[in-house]
Amino acid sequence: MKITFPHMGNMYLPIKAMFDDLGVEVVVPPKNSKKTLEIGTKYSPELICLPMKINLGNYVESIEKGADTIVVTGSCGPCRFGYFAEVEKEILKDLGYDVEFVVLEAPDGDIKEFYNRISKIANTKNMIKIAKALKGGISVLKKIDKLEEQVLKLRPYEKNKGDIDKVYKKLISNLENITGAQKMLQLISQAQRDIEKIPLDYNRDVLKVGLVGEIYTIIEDFANIDIGKKLNELGVVVHKSHSTFRWLLEHLFYNSIGGTREKDIRKAAKPYVKTMVGGHGRETIGNTIIYAKEGYDGVIQVMPFTCMPEIVAMSLLPQVQNEHDIPVMTLIIDEMTGEAGYVTRLEAYVDLLRNRREKYKNEKMLSWR
Amino acid sequence: MKKCYLGVDIGSVSTNIIVMDEDEKVLDTLYIRTQGKPIETVKKGLSQMKARLGKDVLICGVGTTGSGRNLGGIIIGADAVKNEITAHGIAALHFVPDVKTIIEIGGQDSKIILLRNGVLYDFAMNTVCAAGTGSFLDRQAERLGIPIEEFGKLALKSKATVRIAGRCAVFAESDMIHKQQLGHNQEDIINGLCEALVRNYLNNLGKGKEIQSPVIFQGGVAANIGIRKAFERILGCEVIVPRFASVMGAIGSALLAKKEVAKKGTTNFKGFEVADSNYTVKSFECEHCPNMCEVVEFYRDEIIVARWGDKCGRWSNINVQSEKLAQ
Ligand code: SF4
Repeated sequence: MKITFPHMGNMYLPIKAMFDDLGVEVVVPPKNSKKTLEIGTKYSPELICLPMKINLGNYVESIEKGADTIVVTGSCGPCRFGYFAEVEKEILKDLGYDVEFVVLEAPDGDIKEFYNRISKIANTKNMIKIAKALKGGISVLKKIDKLEEQVLKLRPYEKNKGDIDKVYKKLISNLENITGAQKMLQLISQAQRDIEKIPLDYNRDVLKVGLVGEIYTIIEDFANIDIGKKLNELGVVVHKSHSTFRWLLEHLFYNSIGGTREKDIRKAAKPYVKTMVGGHGRETIGNTIIYAKEGYDGVIQVMPFTCMPEIVAMSLLPQVQNEHDIPVMTLIIDEMTGEAGYVTRLEAYVDLLRNRREKYKNEKMLSWR
Repeated sequence: MKKCYLGVDIGSVSTNIIVMDEDEKVLDTLYIRTQGKPIETVKKGLSQMKARLGKDVLICGVGTTGSGRNLGGIIIGADAVKNEITAHGIAALHFVPDVKTIIEIGGQDSKIILLRNGVLYDFAMNTVCAAGTGSFLDRQAERLGIPIEEFGKLALKSKATVRIAGRCAVFAESDMIHKQQLGHNQEDIINGLCEALVRNYLNNLGKGKEIQSPVIFQGGVAANIGIRKAFERILGCEVIVPRFASVMGAIGSALLAKKEVAKKGTTNFKGFEVADSNYTVKSFECEHCPNMCEVVEFYRDEIIVARWGDKCGRWSNINVQSEKLAQ
């Protein structure tokens, strides 16, 4: 059994750590690239959203490297994500690939089946061993997510451009070449300390922008044309409303860990969306409002073309924008190769936020931070 | 010597150059088709402008905007390189200080820009559909065999309205052909097309946005009286077309350049002679990783001056100057 899985942000690292610790062989899909997207687009239904196209590309590339089992998380609700796995299964079969899909969910609440599936991919029935590996993986994920958050927050302040990226890039490539959660955790801690030593200039007048929208396009920087870094370079501190860590908790443990943050988001969204609209449409609205309340300068919604829940959110955002006085811009992403149009929009948006900040500086100063 | 500022807007369809004096009065404007050759066009534009300006003019600052702004900025030595949305906003504020809404329709792009209290407040740019842009109109005019200058005037002669589907360029075109076959007269069809384009614009870009007057209409399509009247009918307010409607981006970038030069005291302008240099662009596909980035190299007289297009910084970070010595 050689396991593979789709890419989503930095998640491949903790997953690798976990299977390493279990002694199960994994094939990490090659990094998302133009080639991945090309393969995915070629075999996907035309109007499906971008995340599935990239996932499918990941699978084909991994299978060619020898993977025979694909592990994915499941989902339900009124969004196409729920049937990604089914469609992908059929497409791969049509392409003549002989692979097995393991969907990590409890069908109709069948917990026993859930454990069956887990012990199958873990290659052991020993739940303690599994729990230990899982715990290791989750700590790696938590730590690396935190580091990424840090990078998006500090980059606009760095005195010498590129300092932080140097540490970060080195860390990632070191992590890719190492096995086991323990060693990974050490490396991340070291990088954390290195980043703390980088000289920063806090006198800069930087802006703060929150990213909301479809979760995959927020987390996976290949899909969002690395918007976080682009904004950082324009002098903007960025916060992503989704993280892989939180997503994993939600999906593996079925929302049972609905933390206070989730409740706050729902409460904030309530005047606009009362029910779940699938995907993270409701969270998009709720997060936008929370960012506005926290004094962020602006919010950018990133959505894949044809993403249904985000279309619902998008149609509500102008009203949110007016009532909460926060400029919101929507970027629709598809298999685009020309980035110039996005860069133009981002630049114009940052200009707009700067103008506002200057104009209202004196009034805002009172409530700022 | 008269102190002047240059504004250059390098779009995919047209390139506009304007000259502005110290009192921010526009002295001259120049329009050339880009025809997919921005470098040639900029060179041509600069030498034409130089010939028109005479000898007693001193260029104290230059700004570039439009999709070719970075490329153009390197060639000319721009003091301000700004995106076209900001540049259009700045220019509109210059002519109508209390402007609240800017409708901008150019060759390939259309935009809506909202301003409140003299500050950019919100904007949108067309993403998917081309039915709301100048190129689409050009093509339809050509198909009907009518010079684009006459197009708008014909629309005003229409007595009965024909509704044309404006959802997307493909539907609009086939719907138009269908209406022609039904025997509607040309004026009505053209008027219907103008209205379809306006509806498309408002549905695509204006959605959820509060369009307040004063409304300015700029960009190449603003010259089309049929479209302007359709906007006035549908919005129910006056739509101002400024005298320099088609070169507002260039005006905005000249204004920005003037401000920038005032701040730093000097200009980067390389002189009109840059038109005599040879510029070449080479590109190659990097094979270091599966991204296969198309890396662009920009040469002036055989010397590499800039490089871009890579995702990882492997190429664009290399110090271009030092490589020049090595060559
Ligand atoms: S330029 Fe960098 S990111 Fe692009 S293909 Fe080459 S190595 Fe990869």
